[in-house]
Amino acid sequence: MNKLSASAKVYLTIVFIVLYAPIFYLIFYSFNSGGSMNHFESFTLEHYQAVFEDSRLLVILINTVIVALLSALISTIIGTLGAIGIVTVKDSKMRNTLLSLNNVLIVSPDVIIGASFLILFTMVGIKLGFASVLLAHVAFSVPIVVLMVLPKLLEMNNSLIDAALDLGATKKDVMMRVILPYIQPGIFAGFFLALTYSLDDFAVTFFVTGNGFSTLSVEIYSMARAGISLTVNAISGLVFFVTVLVVVGYYFMTSRTSKRMEGHR
Amino acid sequence: MQTKTSKSALFPYVLWIAFFVIAPIALVVYYSLLDLHGNFTLDNYKAFFSSVYLKMTLSSFWYAFLITFFTLLISYPTAYFLTKTKHKQLWLLLIIIPSWINLLLKTYAFIGIFGLYGPINAFIEVFGFDPKQMLFTDISFVFVSVYIFIPFMILPIFNSLDRLNPTLIYAARDLGASAFTTFRRVVLPLTMDGVKSGIQVVFIPALSLFMITRLIAGNRVITLGTAIEQQFLVTQNWGMGSTIAVFLILFMVIIMLITGQKDKGGRVR
Repeated sequence: MNKLSASAKVYLTIVFIVLYAPIFYLIFYSFNSGGSMNHFESFTLEHYQAVFEDSRLLVILINTVIVALLSALISTIIGTLGAIGIVTVKDSKMRNTLLSLNNVLIVSPDVIIGASFLILFTMVGIKLGFASVLLAHVAFSVPIVVLMVLPKLLEMNNSLIDAALDLGATKKDVMMRVILPYIQPGIFAGFFLALTYSLDDFAVTFFVTGNGFSTLSVEIYSMARAGISLTVNAISGLVFFVTVLVVVGYYFMTSRTSKRMEGHR
Repeated sequence: MQTKTSKSALFPYVLWIAFFVIAPIALVVYYSLLDLHGNFTLDNYKAFFSSVYLKMTLSSFWYAFLITFFTLLISYPTAYFLTKTKHKQLWLLLIIIPSWINLLLKTYAFIGIFGLYGPINAFIEVFGFDPKQMLFTDISFVFVSVYIFIPFMILPIFNSLDRLNPTLIYAARDLGASAFTTFRRVVLPLTMDGVKSGIQVVFIPALSLFMITRLIAGNRVITLGTAIEQQFLVTQNWGMGSTIAVFLILFMVIIMLITGQKDKGGRVR
């Protein structure tokens, strides 16, 4: 590989600065004792304090986390089972149909998912609120889990299953001790992605959340529409911190498991 | 025996497909045929072909095109240079991290940055220009959207560049092609798949943005997404909203057909 030229380095640096500047701009002013994002007066933690003292905001934060964890968990179960099921479908036409249907929600714009789910929930009679938001998040996370688990299943050697069966393993043993351990990295990746999709989602939630239930994204939207409030900056500081923590943790976890896998081979 | 248990594994998944994939689309199509009182009508479709909606569709496409174009313009070189860095996976991760920060927060940052007293205006003032209101203009809207979409465009392009066999480039250079010719005739065609999926993941969402238009562009820019949101949540005209949604789905299918990857086999490796 040829080395990067100086101009390429400058270009990359500029892209990185532009990508990170708004985030650090937000975090920087979250420590501002003045009320605006223009003039830095002096250092303070009062906005962070305000976040933790605002019980309504805390409830929203907890709601967001609960919805994310629950929806990721449920969609991981449905998606993993679905992927296992898809692999057994031998008819290639049928399998392709299932896969295309799987991808519909991935490529659909959020607005369409939100609007169509709003119609669906209203027609079926599900009250808009926690239940509808949770169902919607499960719904749009399932296909991602399937896409994460499916490659692992496809690369698995079938003779592993045959060997286990020959050695007297029951079907349950095969599932618990052969298939699931093998596809575990895919399941983790699916769960993790489902979690981030749920935490990040605004548009779908915005459509199907009624009055009285709110997630962080929706709340930030209404706060931002009302104008600048440094509480939002403090929230972004916290969100950034948690995100980096999770990403670094995930990065080390996956690189460690892949190293372990390599060691086995 | 084994297939029987696995078939039952498929059951919740098929239920999910029926309930959350097929039913919602069917309902959107059904509602697009209803007027405000629930009677069957084709009026919504007639209304969509009126000049108001056609103009809006065109402008929505125009903005989506601009956003995709600038995103691609910035992302391709970035991805290209990234593949040449030493710890490329780590650098890629650093590019991806901002895309995991909540979308709303990033958009909110620009309300401050582009504000009348924000850093951009302060910078302009240094050069003796008067501060201008940059929020609520279409330029700021395109800028913020490009900012949001850059990581999503870089990822597929990076992957396709990363898969590119470097010996092909050496061969081209050995055979006397200039750096530019090598890029145009070898690198670009072989990474077209990444570019296409990048365009796909940017153009379709760009057509349907509504949060950024509301927060950054005020009501100056109306995309198809904004119109749907307006009809569903403000005007409460679900029929018209569904009709726009039906057309958005159609556009989406067309874009996917254009940018879809047809060549599954036969790739030279």
